[in-house]
Amino acid sequence: MKLAIYIAFKNLLGAGLRTWINVLVLSFSFVAIIWIKGIMLGWDHQAKSQLIEWEIGHGQYWHTNYDPNDSFTWDDSHASPSDTLINAIREGRYAAIFVAQGVIYPEGRMVPVCLKGINTTQQVLKLPTSFLIREENIQSSAIPVMMGAYMANACQLKEGDQFLVRWRDMDGVFDAREMELVKVFATPVPTVDAGQIWLDCSRLQNMMGLNNEITLLSIPSYESNELLFSNEFQFKSIEFLLSDIEKMVQMKSKGQSVFYLVLLVLAMLAIFDTQVLSVFKRRREIGTYIALGYTRSEVVRLFTIEGGVYALLASALALVYGYPFLLWQYRNGFKMPVDVAEFGIAGSNHIYPLFSLALILGTFLLIAFTTLLVSYLPARKIAALNPAETLKGRLS
Amino acid sequence: MIRLFVPFNWKNLLIIIGFFSITTFLNAQITPAEVLERVDANLSANTRVFVSEMTIHGKRFSQTLQSKTYSAGNSKAFTEYLSPAREAGTKLLMLDDKLWIYTPSSDRTIQLSGHMLKQSVMGSDLSYEDLMSDTKLTEEYEVVNMLTEIYQDRTTYLMELVARTEAQSYARRKMWIDAEYFVPVKEELYAKSGQLLKQASMSDLKQIQGRWFPTQMVYRDMLKNGKGTEFRILSMEFNQAIPEHLFSKAVLR
Repeated sequence: MKLAIYIAFKNLLGAGLRTWINVLVLSFSFVAIIWIKGIMLGWDHQAKSQLIEWEIGHGQYWHTNYDPNDSFTWDDSHASPSDTLINAIREGRYAAIFVAQGVIYPEGRMVPVCLKGINTTQQVLKLPTSFLIREENIQSSAIPVMMGAYMANACQLKEGDQFLVRWRDMDGVFDAREMELVKVFATPVPTVDAGQIWLDCSRLQNMMGLNNEITLLSIPSYESNELLFSNEFQFKSIEFLLSDIEKMVQMKSKGQSVFYLVLLVLAMLAIFDTQVLSVFKRRREIGTYIALGYTRSEVVRLFTIEGGVYALLASALALVYGYPFLLWQYRNGFKMPVDVAEFGIAGSNHIYPLFSLALILGTFLLIAFTTLLVSYLPARKIAALNPAETLKGRLS
Repeated sequence: MIRLFVPFNWKNLLIIIGFFSITTFLNAQITPAEVLERVDANLSANTRVFVSEMTIHGKRFSQTLQSKTYSAGNSKAFTEYLSPAREAGTKLLMLDDKLWIYTPSSDRTIQLSGHMLKQSVMGSDLSYEDLMSDTKLTEEYEVVNMLTEIYQDRTTYLMELVARTEAQSYARRKMWIDAEYFVPVKEELYAKSGQLLKQASMSDLKQIQGRWFPTQMVYRDMLKNGKGTEFRILSMEFNQAIPEHLFSKAVLR
């Protein structure tokens, strides 16, 4: 075996440029696969942690009727939590959210929005809710609200602007008030930004005539808090709340795998062709091996190992230029060519890839296995060769 | 320069005396409740079948939709668009607080309810509820104030109405009612906070089956920019028998 590897190395190095072109193509596939997979892993990790920080906390309790994707359910998706829980919400231990519909009229344009009331004291989510507290010395009848940068841009609003909001209270009566945009926050999570306005929960409850009622509640940790359990609210685990983003990344990952499969197939084609050529051009050598006492399977193994050595050389070459490149990407991130928030996908536009040992080893094994396979397939022909004919340089 | 006093001449004196005489006479003759009853007698009916045209003015272009509506009271209404060709065949069915819209191009029926009924119809200044319901003022509102005012050279009763129940879309409305025909010629709809939401002006009164009815209306959503939405009644029939199947979901296909 040792001899076979030694001979394989010697043969490959002897082949010169042809070997190095194959190794270069293979190493490029190796680096590209790790990089693409790393981007996907990084995106998945970033999107999930940002969703946890900005929107869901470590799980949520939803009113049983609440469906975030069906605004028809919102009118009937609220209930009053227990007194103990109301106190905990006031202390900011939970983020309580009340969801309602409304229409805003910035500069006379009609924009349907989702009005989200949140307790200003909450410490669970990264939303800058303290801005919603109206300071005593400010004499303004306008309701202080905040919105994400994407929404503010879409409505052409900036901090300090005032606009009218129209809503319908619990009885269906129209009401309208002036609102003041006190804070525009930048967030990588579009689901707390696009199409929505944030205001003090108690104020929204008052506007709707539904004091103390909430639609959902975000919790700060995995703690099992019995006081939260109620027939009107249903617990949604973090896994459930992150499942959408997981599916999205998985789908994207499958799409990207086509790209690196193409790269891999190109590299494998090159190796396959080289092997076919080797078997054809090295007939005398094959005959000599057999004449010297090599069995046919040993010759096949020798040629297969030769192919496998490509994977080793490619890995070494990939380490030379791939390591600094991947390290640079890990530190500086990758700027997405499009604004992902525009597609309603969580995650900032700068993605920091994640490279795990499992990813690198897995990719190496994938490449090594496929290389051995495509090297073995043409080498099988050797088994059918007649040694006497091959010594004469003929293929039988 | 603002003129604080009307210069004295016999013509002005006669106008002032005439105006006060008319208002005193009118006020002595009729109570606010009677005015509302007479308005309802003109506008409201057990059933109404009408063909109308609605012109919606957008930022860049305007479009006119022609439709036929069958309504029974405040809770049942069915509308079918007749033109333009791309909207023809679209059907709206309202039963209580639910509304179904059928679009022939997609061959789909979607259901709207609650808040969505208060949303604008195809970008117009009218909501589905405004368009399809027949509100009986005497039942839904009570008069808190009535004045007499000259509006567009006509004597009108300016009535301030507040909703009798909490469930009315508009908590307060102001109506200018023609003192001769008992038809509103102008209307303002207010939010609970007192914010003016919509304004409507009615004209081109016609006598239909012994009732006076405005056949030309212009609605304006006062919160948004725009020229408003024009609504014209092309034909109207009151208290006609409407087949019950027109108020069932089967009619949507």
